Amino acid sequence: MGLLSKKDAQLITDPLADNNPITIQVLGICSALAITAELKASLVMAISVIFVLGIGNVVISLMRNIIPSKIRIIVQLIVVAALVIIVDLVLKAFAYELSKTLSVFVGLIITNCIIMGRFEAFALGNGPWKSFLDGIGNALGYGVILIIVGFFRELFGSGTLFGIPVLGDPIAKTGLYAIGYENNGFMIMPPMALIVVGIIIWIQRTKNKALIED
Amino acid sequence: MENRTDKNSYTILFAIGMVLVVGALLAFAASYLKPNIDENKRLEKQQNILYAMGVNENDESNANFVSTADAPELFKKYIKKQLVIQGTSVTEDDQAYLIDVKKEQANAKSGIERKLPLFVGEKDGKTFYIAPIRGKGLWDAIWAYVAMDKDMVVQGVFFDHKGETAGLGANINKRFFMDDFIGEDLKDNGVFKGIAVAKGNADPLNNDKSDNEVDAIAGATITGNGVAAMIKSELKLYVPHFETLKN
Repeated sequence: MGLLSKKDAQLITDPLADNNPITIQVLGICSALAITAELKASLVMAISVIFVLGIGNVVISLMRNIIPSKIRIIVQLIVVAALVIIVDLVLKAFAYELSKTLSVFVGLIITNCIIMGRFEAFALGNGPWKSFLDGIGNALGYGVILIIVGFFRELFGSGTLFGIPVLGDPIAKTGLYAIGYENNGFMIMPPMALIVVGIIIWIQRTKNKALIED
Repeated sequence: MENRTDKNSYTILFAIGMVLVVGALLAFAASYLKPNIDENKRLEKQQNILYAMGVNENDESNANFVSTADAPELFKKYIKKQLVIQGTSVTEDDQAYLIDVKKEQANAKSGIERKLPLFVGEKDGKTFYIAPIRGKGLWDAIWAYVAMDKDMVVQGVFFDHKGETAGLGANINKRFFMDDFIGEDLKDNGVFKGIAVAKGNADPLNNDKSDNEVDAIAGATITGNGVAAMIKSELKLYVPHFETLKN
């Protein structure tokens, strides 16, 4: 990476694996459970969070020297809420179809603790460029987990990926269903999302023993 | 370490300033973009109404509206009459599709007689009566446009929602759910009954059109119940008008 120094590059790559916001920091779990029943929703949420966290981190970083420490949390909340609402309004005016797809996520983005977590832990103490990279990195790390969970839940729960049947037709009994395979309805329930996240955490810590806490 | 940003006076001034700036920004954005947003919503209503009566661009498995560019023209072509039913009076109003159902529901609660819009569409020699209805899902509002024939047999529906769970309740606007309603009779032996969204009704392919039931979506029980409740309570209000159509 010629563009980024090694330290800057780490800001992006660390959250993807060894400092992943979901599996290591255990942030943003609620949205990871709520919207991963299908792959498309996971992807849309991932992109939205990349956008909001990237810009939000920059805004907070630029304001970091003037924000009164006593009310910093509420200031962060206002910044992210204002940002999300403005984006939502612009989409409603110029890309109405897209805005309808996103409307469910607006509330979830505002309350996503990854966003507040990164504002508080990183943007308040670092410059705008570094904060931007940190925001993108963490949102990517979040998005990767969302997409993995969404992939398995949609595949085993509904037998589809991005809404396209990949295992055959469960009602007409074609493809895999012809030999007795059944969709697992439990996969599309939130508890299974937690279990899938748990399995990811398990695999990750088996591979990298340094991540295991005492 | 004491610095200027820790002072109470600074904190209060900052809070006031922030509220003013953000408030002004949001107010400006909202009012500047409002005409565009309203226009989008208006076209969406036309698209939804047309969708319910089968004027759409559905492909094999996905629900697609007619394009926003064509919507106004097609709306004029297919929707012959827009009625407003208020008690026993029925008037025509070509802006009836803009009636806010939510507002009318609130009016009804406070004792003002509710305006019930009904759109009369014609396609291939068939007459459709399309009613806009609104109810509650799991998280937020759900609404629908239901196209019926004069005997209250469903000819097409369009469901939508504000914030149902993605992949579960949000699927009420997918064809696999909406298409099940087509052909279902809202009445049972001539008496209005509605359509239940039923679990385990032993009819997943929905071959039985007279059982007043469609197959539910797994994992979306409350949204499904909301759909059934909305159909039952809202379409019931239209029964007197459909009775007059028989004569």
